[in-house]
Amino acid sequence: MFKKTALAALGLGLALSTSAYAQETIKVGLILPYSGPFADAANQLEAGVNLYVAKHGDTVAGKKIEFIRKDTGGPNPDVAKRLAQELVVRDGVDIIAGFALTPEALGAADVATEAKKMMVVMNAATSVVTEKSPYIVRTSVTIPQVNYVFGKWVAEKGGVKQAYTLVADYGPGLDAEKSFAKGFTEAGGTIVGADKTPVANPDFSAFVQRVADAKPEAVYIFIPGGAQPAAMGKALADRGLTPPNVKLFGQGELTHPEALESMGDTANGIITTFHYTLERDDPMNKEFVDGYHAANNGRSPDLFSIGGYDGMHLIYETLKKTNGDASGDALVEAAKGMAWQSPRGPMSIDPETRDVVQTVYIREVQKVGDKLQNVIIDQIADVKDPNHGAAQ
Amino acid sequence: MISQFAIVLFDGFAFGMLLFVLSVGLSVTMGLMNFINLAHGAFGMLGGYVAVTLMRQMGMPFLAALPCAFFAAALLSIVLERTLFRRLYRAGELNQVLFTIGSVFVAAAVATYVFGTVQQVIPMPSWLRGSVEVLGLRLNVYRIFIIAVALAVTALLVFGLERTRLGAQVRAAVDNQRVAQGLGMDVERIFAVTFALGSGLAGLGGALAVEIVGLDPSFGFHYLVYVLIVVAVGGLGSVTGSFVGAALLGIGDVAGKYFMPEVGSFLIYLIMVAILFVKPLGLFGKR
Repeated sequence: MFKKTALAALGLGLALSTSAYAQETIKVGLILPYSGPFADAANQLEAGVNLYVAKHGDTVAGKKIEFIRKDTGGPNPDVAKRLAQELVVRDGVDIIAGFALTPEALGAADVATEAKKMMVVMNAATSVVTEKSPYIVRTSVTIPQVNYVFGKWVAEKGGVKQAYTLVADYGPGLDAEKSFAKGFTEAGGTIVGADKTPVANPDFSAFVQRVADAKPEAVYIFIPGGAQPAAMGKALADRGLTPPNVKLFGQGELTHPEALESMGDTANGIITTFHYTLERDDPMNKEFVDGYHAANNGRSPDLFSIGGYDGMHLIYETLKKTNGDASGDALVEAAKGMAWQSPRGPMSIDPETRDVVQTVYIREVQKVGDKLQNVIIDQIADVKDPNHGAAQ
Repeated sequence: MISQFAIVLFDGFAFGMLLFVLSVGLSVTMGLMNFINLAHGAFGMLGGYVAVTLMRQMGMPFLAALPCAFFAAALLSIVLERTLFRRLYRAGELNQVLFTIGSVFVAAAVATYVFGTVQQVIPMPSWLRGSVEVLGLRLNVYRIFIIAVALAVTALLVFGLERTRLGAQVRAAVDNQRVAQGLGMDVERIFAVTFALGSGLAGLGGALAVEIVGLDPSFGFHYLVYVLIVVAVGGLGSVTGSFVGAALLGIGDVAGKYFMPEVGSFLIYLIMVAILFVKPLGLFGKR
């Protein structure tokens, strides 16, 4: 008897609470690879999201933001699609977000279009992502965005005539190689050799030996973050392929803090291109980094964290602009052309492509005190992805 | 050209020796006990985390952390063998495979919980960093160190199995378990010791591997393929087989990537298929 009454009361309570809050809650579905080989990316991105919410509260435009988290378990486009469907149909989310990996963003794109929900891509960095649905808005970076201008910079300001490229053999690596080579050759440089390393590559010695044999003036490298940058750095150092003997260029992952610690002084002088620099001297960035350290046991934010943080900023600001109207069309319309100051620097959403426009920083590894860090030596403002519209 | 060839040979051999230390334990336990332990790589991961934690948190020197990694993995494996794995000795192969691969998932989750998903950095002492010039070749000091450790392990294992009382007991128990038991040998204890030894070696290999390949919670899965190839190519239960298999795999891998970068990463699988085609039991497999 008691059981029945309790159940009935519970049911009533639930019914009351859903009806009472139905208008007051905005549900955000986060789709990320929380487990599997990309778990670290998901964790860092999630920490960025959480930091934003902790700082700005969980209520925006009079509505409470509620998260529903879903794990894809790896690079898993089919699962991402199924989870997006579940989130929309069963959980009734208003916004889908997350997407650390390009294949997963592509997998879920159709769902966003059909359900007319805004889809905030907080990392996946291939140009094509935002073209797959008119409801996708990206707050991270695209690989051609940072590498095309970098190629130009290396030839023009870096004074390099010939370069060898060594990239990981998967979508992002090929994108990076292509856009760097395009910028570099357009500015008068020549690519003297190009090799591709398997994505899951435990040992780089063979590839680096090939580079050493070619005796190039400069090497451009793109490899995924995690364990590979340190392994690559050591393999280069073993063969004397370090600055100033050879100029080394790459995308920011190559010199992330753990990699620098592991490489030691041989990393000195490596020049990288990136949209977020941990050590950038700026009050807003300092506050972001300090808050991140405090919330994550001293761990530093990275590109995933800043993508999640700015993704939440976009969600909050668009909701403010629409006065809490969470329909996909209203939110995407509000997002177009939105500009703000992020810990990474000034950024905005291109009204035509819904893609991120931002400053690209050129950084050199230097010893500051007794610690190696990425020091910004140049910056290029308002860079757009060069590939959008190239097909038309 | 010759010097490039020598460098490739050296790098490949060093990588192979790392795989040897990681996999020889599995070959021995699989060959001697007919127990398919896919959780072998998880013991390697444990060794890696033990070494990194001891060095970073307690400032222990690298050379002292290596034996600690060995003993930590060996001790845990004794506990697990006594409580869990021994129940599966008489179970079917599928049960063993499912149970042990399941425990790798558990190990990965535990590692994520305790250490987080971040890549671990091992602070190498300065004498193991950089490279030395030998006969005009620049050789990485740490790779020389790995080769030395692997050769020492091989010597100890061969000596232990061929010359000591325990080695004789192990060989007897493997050849005919029932007769060995009938003669009064404690076969269960012999198996437990063998298992601990194999897992300890995985722990040592894991600690050695951090500097070369990094360490995160997916380590147990990541190197499982390499370890299984070494065991399959070398033949079950043979120390010599594991040694030759690992050396072939390491050199084949590095040389393939160097001379044919487009297809290089597949070369080791081709080598494996070719060898197993001619010798289905592996190079030194007996049964």
